[in-house]
Formats: sequence, structure tokens, C-alpha cells
Amino acid sequence: MYLNEFLLLSAVLFSCGVYGVLARRNGVLVLMSIELILNAVNINLVAFGAFHGQVDGQVFALFTVAIAAAEVGVGLAIVLLIYRNTRSIDLDQVAQMKG
Amino acid sequence: MLNIGLLATEAGGAAAEGFEAGWLTRHVWLIPLLPVVSFVVTLFFGKRFKGGGAWFGVSMMGLALLLSTALGVEWMGRGHVGIEEGQPPAVAATYRGTASGDQEHQVQQVIEEAERTGEPKASIPGHGEEGEEHALPAGRFSLPAAESGGEGPAGEPHAVEVRPYHEAEAGWFHIGPIEVGFGFHIDGFAVIMLFTVSFISFLVHLFSTEYLRDDRRRTHYFASLGLFTAGMLLMVSSSTSLQLLLGWEIMGLCSFLLIGHWWEESKNSDAALKAFFTTRTGDVGLLVGLSILFFGAGQTFNIAKINQQAITGEIPRSWLVAAAVALFIACIGKSAQFPLHTWLPDAMAGPTPASALIHAATMVVAGVYMVGRFYPVFFSAFRIANNALGFNIIALIGGITIIIAGLLAFVQQDIKKVLAYSTVSQLGYMVMGLGVGAWTGAIFHLFTHAFFKALLFMGAGSISHACWHSFDMRDFGGLRKHMPKTFVTFMIGTVALMGLPPLAGFWSKDEILLGAWTNGYRGTFFLVGCVGAALTCAYMTRVVYKTFWGEYKGPQTPDAIEHASHAAHGHHDAHDDAVENQAPALVGASAYQEGAKASADPGVKAAAHGTVQSERGPHDDEASHTADDHGDSAHAGAPLGGYPHESPWPITVPLIVLAVMSVVAGIINAPFFGLQFTHFSAIEPIVAAGVPEPSFSGVVAVISTLGALAGLGLAVAWWRGMRFGLDGLTRRNGLAGAGYRLLEQKYYLDALYERVIVRGIKGPMASAAYWFNQNVLDGVAHGVSATARRAATFTYDVVDQEVVDGTVNSVGAGATGLGRGFKHMASGKVQQYVAYLIGGAAAGALVIFAITFNRS
Amino acid sequence: MPVARLLAADTANLPQHIAFGLLAVMMSFSALRVVTARNVVHCALYLVMVLAGVAGIYILLAAEFLAAVQVLVYIGAIVVLFLFGIMLTRAPIGRSRGLDNDQRGLAAMVALAVAGLLTALLLDGFGDDRIDLAGPQRSGDVGLEIFQSYVIPFEVVSVLLLAALVGAVVLARRD
Repeated sequence: MYLNEFLLLSAVLFSCGVYGVLARRNGVLVLMSIELILNAVNINLVAFGAFHGQVDGQVFALFTVAIAAAEVGVGLAIVLLIYRNTRSIDLDQVAQMKG
Repeated sequence: MLNIGLLATEAGGAAAEGFEAGWLTRHVWLIPLLPVVSFVVTLFFGKRFKGGGAWFGVSMMGLALLLSTALGVEWMGRGHVGIEEGQPPAVAATYRGTASGDQEHQVQQVIEEAERTGEPKASIPGHGEEGEEHALPAGRFSLPAAESGGEGPAGEPHAVEVRPYHEAEAGWFHIGPIEVGFGFHIDGFAVIMLFTVSFISFLVHLFSTEYLRDDRRRTHYFASLGLFTAGMLLMVSSSTSLQLLLGWEIMGLCSFLLIGHWWEESKNSDAALKAFFTTRTGDVGLLVGLSILFFGAGQTFNIAKINQQAITGEIPRSWLVAAAVALFIACIGKSAQFPLHTWLPDAMAGPTPASALIHAATMVVAGVYMVGRFYPVFFSAFRIANNALGFNIIALIGGITIIIAGLLAFVQQDIKKVLAYSTVSQLGYMVMGLGVGAWTGAIFHLFTHAFFKALLFMGAGSISHACWHSFDMRDFGGLRKHMPKTFVTFMIGTVALMGLPPLAGFWSKDEILLGAWTNGYRGTFFLVGCVGAALTCAYMTRVVYKTFWGEYKGPQTPDAIEHASHAAHGHHDAHDDAVENQAPALVGASAYQEGAKASADPGVKAAAHGTVQSERGPHDDEASHTADDHGDSAHAGAPLGGYPHESPWPITVPLIVLAVMSVVAGIINAPFFGLQFTHFSAIEPIVAAGVPEPSFSGVVAVISTLGALAGLGLAVAWWRGMRFGLDGLTRRNGLAGAGYRLLEQKYYLDALYERVIVRGIKGPMASAAYWFNQNVLDGVAHGVSATARRAATFTYDVVDQEVVDGTVNSVGAGATGLGRGFKHMASGKVQQYVAYLIGGAAAGALVIFAITFNRS
Repeated sequence: MPVARLLAADTANLPQHIAFGLLAVMMSFSALRVVTARNVVHCALYLVMVLAGVAGIYILLAAEFLAAVQVLVYIGAIVVLFLFGIMLTRAPIGRSRGLDNDQRGLAAMVALAVAGLLTALLLDGFGDDRIDLAGPQRSGDVGLEIFQSYVIPFEVVSVLLLAALVGAVVLARRD
């Protein structure tokens, strides 16, 4: 197996995630795109761990999974809150930071 | 990975073999740690302490002061160990200072030689006879100064002893192959800075306990003070440039917090922002300069290594020049030099003790410290010792700052602003000293200036504390009668600042001027320094006149400002009698003070305090004060008492201590005292770089003193002239200082002439006498001073307001225009921001990738 | 063709390569659909596909424990959370236009730039480095590693999860 196979796949997932985060209007979909990015990172971690013959990569990936769970929990709570306040989860309407 | 590298490496410098560093030298991290503890504890638990955690901060700083004093003592003993154990005295890099080029060459050779042979480059004999110093008797090291103290004729070189530095570094983190350490570099310079900073900071803490007694955010104030001090201590003891940057930025943050302490007034928060942004402008220079040095010195952050490579020429000179210019921009920002000096006077919006700390020991001297620390870089980059141009940017900026700030000080009505401009001017001295190659002089001036400037600021704080927090000198006057301790200490600080012998400022200013004299800047920067000394004398005379002489012009009670009738009712304590006794000013004041004292401490006999007017020794007063119970009852009422009154002991004790230091601090580097400071502070890179160390010169001392006296004389004359029109005020003022009494007597004479002769004869003779007095005698003095005043006003109006502020404003306008252009980018849509962020990062990565692609 | 040449050089692992190829195609397609599909629920289901593919990749990399965790936590818990989120926010279940905002062009440009940059960097940096999966990486090793070297981060993560729990409750509570 070549290292680059996994890394390139992860690059594809990462770029898709970036596109989703930037282009999606729906808050839940943005969160899903973030999950794509996190999974891409996880593949990288595990692949490099295997490359070096260490399990540290897997441990880090486990931590990432745990943190992703927390992130989704809080993220969805925020989306719910936005929805409750604005009756919409259209992120374009959440523009209070407009300068 | 929890890889906390604690792999301490003792890189004891090139010359530390066989020299056991003392316990404190090895544990010097304790000193910056104490204010950090103070900061953390005060911030989180301060509100639970009685007094808002102030006394915790005071005690921590006291401990830090003790430690740094002990460190200084330990440092003085350094060098004995190895000799007594029979080790070769590798410590003594003896250097005979002349500025000649071949001297540098010899030093250079010795270094190269030492590196080739793998020997420690310990001994740098002045005349190329290697090994000569190895045979020196031990007594040479135990009494270095006594032998080498330049008692010889002026201009003759003398030897400087260097104690080897101690450096301990622990691994902080590493980026690829680059190890970044976190460590402490202890040498004479660092020890002096540690002592000065903790000394001033301790007194500022003590002062603040009273000055900010009833402040709403007292806890936060003390927490900021602690962090501020920690930042400075960390900076001066750091071994890496990264750590220096850390301390530097901590100070930037804390100065923002402290200047904007009373942020409810928009003026104050504006000043805080101005200080922050102006110094940030310079900080860009620091980042750039440190980066250049990092890459130039083979990817190391270690300051000692950078300096060594700057000396040996391993860093190309073009890199050195770029780094030096960038670092100097940082110094301009932080140390308030000419184009960026405008923030410092505005920074007076902060509490006065914080101003004292900022001006004396931290913040503004950080820039000077940084230049002094990286001095070999500047020395090599600008060829300071033998410069063909006759000037360099450092000396030029310093010189301009001396004059500009000195003139500005004349037109200020706010006493703190005068002192602020004075600080700017004195910093200009230090920078100019560094620019003309007087390293020791600049550092020594930093040292002495810390004491007397802190003294002056705290004195101003004490005055303001007495005058209901006014800083306007038009509200003051005649305070020497009401605040004898403040008056005496303020006068000592003033004379020290003026640079009159034998107080502190004289010795340090003299060394800078001496450097300018001997290093070939006789016609330029030496003169600038002398003119600056004259200006200093003149504006400080003005301050002293307006504050301590004449009649008190401010409100008698705080309530007089709002509703005048309240004062008559007095207060429900022992002050009542005193308050009602207002009518004759002097009696009232003394009676008030007696009353206050008696109420404060019934046990102390009133007679002991009865002679308020007489010049009491500070110590018996201090003793009786400390014996007092300083609970709240005695002095809480005091600020409301009526007259301007002497401040309580947490304010006067720091003043007295600083006054003593202002007197003695200069002596330690006096030639008859063996130039102790020079030997103490000498550090290896400075000696190795060949920075000249000229001996005391009587000619220079006389010229600079004459310059100062000229300024003083002119100012006194001017104030005499101005009094003439207002002779009624001065006439009533019977008690005057011994020197001033004569002048006042003359006024009596003039008034007598006017009253008796003009009234009696009403003839032309009186008019003639009056005319003569008015136009001829005073005209000379007045003309000179009016010109100076016009020049100052011009400088303020045109240079400061138009040119400097104009530039700043136009930059701001440009930024606004740019901002208008980019306005649509700030749509408030987070996703758009993220797109810019990632796109920018990708573009940056693409650039780096494109550059490095071919190489790999 | 370099791909064929590389495959020919590694015939011992041909089954793995084939499996990887299938997974990769499936995952890339699904990932693209996650960010382009017009139906929110479909997006979630495509996300399941991607996550399952990631689990497969883990198995290919001999990380069975992680694969199990991936299935349990991601597919079992996180996707369900997403579905709840979709329903609670009453996002349109069916096809809907306007799931994308009007900076799709910019987003596509940035994403393509990132992809191109990463690809170039990876090809340049890792060439034909091989992963040598000689020894199996047992779950026990992972456990030992966690509770020996990483026990403090582990505890910190537990605190983080608790904080996230409390935070989510506070945020979402209706009062």
C-alpha cells in the first residue's frame, strides 16, 4: 500500500468539506461538511501512524472522534438556538458582525 | 505528547568553566515568578483579601526585591570561587578600553584564537599578550575596582573586569530541527535591571496601596502591576529573543490596562489605545528584526550566540544593518523616541504610580534595554566606534528627542506632562549614549534615571493626592510649607534630574557626554547633550517654582469646588479645630497637621510634630509614622481635611527611599569610588565588541555642569522676571529657601521703591528705575526665555501637532479610505470570512511551495 | 501511466489496492454529494456512506478498533444527531433549492485551490513511500498507549465532553 493513496483520498474529502463549509447555507449541512474535514484529518493521522509503525496516530484519531462528538453536540445546539431566535437556519441571515 | 522537556543545560558561556554559579544565580527564575504569583493570586483571590490583595502584591514584590538584592550581592562575589580553588581565572576578560581600530582587531584575533584552540575566550588582554591575565593574583579579582579605578589622568584607558555570564536553558519546544529554549541569562546587566525593576516596582506597589486606596478596580490594578513587573523581569533575564519578545508584549498589554485603568473617561481609554497602537507600530520592527537575526545567526534565538556572531562577523553586515534598523524602530516605539513619542505624554491618563512604573523601570526603558542587550549588532551595523559619517541613526534620533522633548516640557501646565516630556528627553539621552558608543553611560543613566524619575512621579502623585487629584500646576503653589517631606524629596529628584553634582543624574549624564566627547562626536552630540542639560534645568526650575513656591492657588477643600459652604461645618473628628483655623495660612496648616497627627496617634506627643516648618530629618518622622496605627480612621479623613497636607507614610516612605537612592546611585560609578558600576555591569559581548570605555574627564564634567547651570540661571532669572509683575504675591510669602531669599529680597526692594518712592515723589526717577528694571534687567532674561518659549510653542504646534500628528492622521485617513474600499468584504457573513481565510492560507502556501518546489 | 506502474510494483497487495480503489471512488462520490445534494436528508445519508468508507479505510490500515469506534460513534450517534437536528430545525425534508449561498463560485475556487495544492504537495513530498503493515496493530496496543502515555489528555477529553454536554443543554434549553 502506498501512503499517498490514503493521503490523496483524504485531500479529496478535505476539499469537499471546505467547499461545503463555504458554500452551504444550511447550518446543519455546514456541520456535516465539518465532519468531512475531521474524517479527512483522521485518515491522515491513522495513515501516518501506520507509516511509522506506531499506534499514536490511532490514539489521536480516537481523541478526534470524541472531540467531534462534542463539537456536533454543541454545534447543533447553536443551530437550534439560531433557529429558535430567527426561525431560520440560513447562515446568510446571521450577519450581526456586518461592519 | 506530554513531552515537557526539562533538560536544563548549563551553557555557562565561554568563560564559566570552574565557576560555580551561586544558588540564586541558578534559581533566578524565582524572581520573575513572584510577580506572576502576585498576578494570579490577586486576580483570582484578591477580592477576598482585606484591601483587595494590595498587600499581597506588596509582599510578593518585597520578596522579589530581597531576592534580586541578594542576587546582586551574590553576583558581586562571583569570580572568587574559581580563584580560591586554584582554577585559572578564566573569568576575567580584562579589557583596556580605547576606541582604536587595531584594538578591535586584537580583540577579534583573541576571539578567533580562542575558538581555534578550543580554549574559553576568557582573557582578552588589552595589548595582545595572551595569558598575561592568567597570572594575576587573586586580589585582582576580589578588589577589581580598587586597583583599576581610573584615578589616572583623564582619557587614559582603564581595565574593566567582566564576570562570566550564567545561562540556564530548558527545552521549551522544537520546530523540526530548531530547538527553542526557555531560559535565563544572568550577567551584570541583567542583575542590575532585575534589581532596578524590583526596587521601583516594590515602591510603586507600596505607594499605590495609599494612592489607590478607594479605587473601584483596585484588585485589577494590582494584578496588572504584578503582571507588568513580571513581564519586565522576564524580559531582562531572558536568554532567547523569543522570550524577550514575550516579556515585551506582556508589558505592552499591561501598559494598555494600566493607562486605561480609569476607562470610564473616554480620554483615558483613548490614551490607552494610543499607547498600545503606537508601541505596536514599533513592535513590527521588533518582529522583523528578530526574524532577520534568527535567520542571520544560523537559526538560533539565543541572544548570546547572536551577539557573538555579530561580533565575529558571521552575520553579513547588510543583514546586521537591516536588523539593527528594524530593532531600532521597535526601540523608537517603546522608548518613545522622536517620531513616536506622542503616546507617552498621553499615557499620563493612567494612575500616577503606574506612570512612575512605566517611566522609571519598565516599558519605556525596555527599548533601551533591548538596544543595550543586542548592542554588538548595532555596534557592528552602524560602526559606532569609528564612523565616517559623524553620526548614526541612533544618536541622531536620540539627539533630536532630547531637544524636542526638552522644549515641549516648557509649555505644559500639567505637572505629569512636564515629567513625561522630561522622561522622553532623558530616554533620548540614553539612546544617544548608545548611539555614540557610551554603553555603560547609557545603562548607568537608565539605572539612575529610574530612581529620580520614579521619585519625581511619585512626588507629583503625592502633590496631587494632597490637592484633590489635580495635576494642573496652576492649582499648586507654596506647597513646600504644607508638604515638607514631599518638597525635600522632590527637590532632590529635581536636582538629580538636572544633572548637578554630586547627585545621581550628574554622574550618568556625564558618562554619556564623555562618550560623545571621546568617540568623535564633540561638535555634534556632545553639544546637543549640553543644550539638553540646560533645557532640563530650565523646565524643572519652572515646575518647582510653580509647585512649591508662591501661594497655594487651589481649592482649600474638595468641597470648595462643588459647594463652598461645606468646609465650615468641618468633620466629626479631631480635624474640626484645624479646619476652622483656616484664616492665617501658615498657622492653619501647621495646626492642621498637628491636629491630624494628634488624632492619628494620641500617644505621640504633639510637640514632636509641632515644628512642621522646620526641616525635619526624614527618619524620625518615618519612625513615628510607622509607629502609628494606620488603620483607616486616622488618614481616611485626612484628604478631606482642608489644606494641602502631607501624605501618609505609604506615600512618603517610597519618596524618602528614592531620594536617598537618587543621592547615592550616582556615586557608585564616580571615579573616586572606583567605577564600581562599570565593573559590575560590564558584560562579555560589549567588551568583546570593543565598545570603548573612556575614563572620567574633568573637562567634560565642567562643561556639562556649566551648561546645566546656565539653564538653571536663565530659568531662575525668567521666573524672577515674571514675579516682578506679581510682586504682591511673593511679598506676602515671607519664608523662602536660602538661595531664593535674596531674589525675594530684591522684590521687596523693588516694591519698596515703587510704593515709597513712586508714591512719595511721583517723579521721573521712579519711572526710570522701574523702566530700567523692567526693560533692561528683566529684558535680557525675559527675551531669552520668551524666545525659548516661542521655540517650544513652535515645536509643539508645528512639529508635534502638524508634522507628527499630521502624518499619523494621514496614515489613519489612508487606512479609512482603504477600509471603505474593503467595506463590502466585511459583510458579516462568517462563511465569507472563512473563505478569505482559507483562500489566503492556500495562496500563501502556494507561494512557499512555488519557491521551494525546485529545490526539493 | 504512473498509477499502473505503481500498482505493478506492488502486486503482493493487489486485493487491498482493489478494495481501496472501490472505497475511494465510493467515498469521493458520496463526499461530493454531501456538499452538493439538494435534499438535506440525502446529504445525511451520503454522509453515512462516507463515514462507512472511512471505517473501511481504517480496516485497510489495520486499525480495527478505530473502525469499530467509527461505526459506533459516527454512524450510530453523530449521524442520528444530525437527523434530529434536521428535524428539529424543520429543514425542508424534500428537494429544495437555495441550500447553497451565493458564493458558490468563490467556495469552489478555494476548494479547488486547496485540493490542487494538497495534491501537488503530497505527490512532491511522499512520492511512492509505502506503508509496511508487517505487524498487526492490536486494539490492546491502542489501549495501553492511551492509558500509559496519553492518560492526561484522555481525562481532559472526558472533562471536555462533560463541558460540551452542559453547554449543549444550556444552549438548547427552552426557557
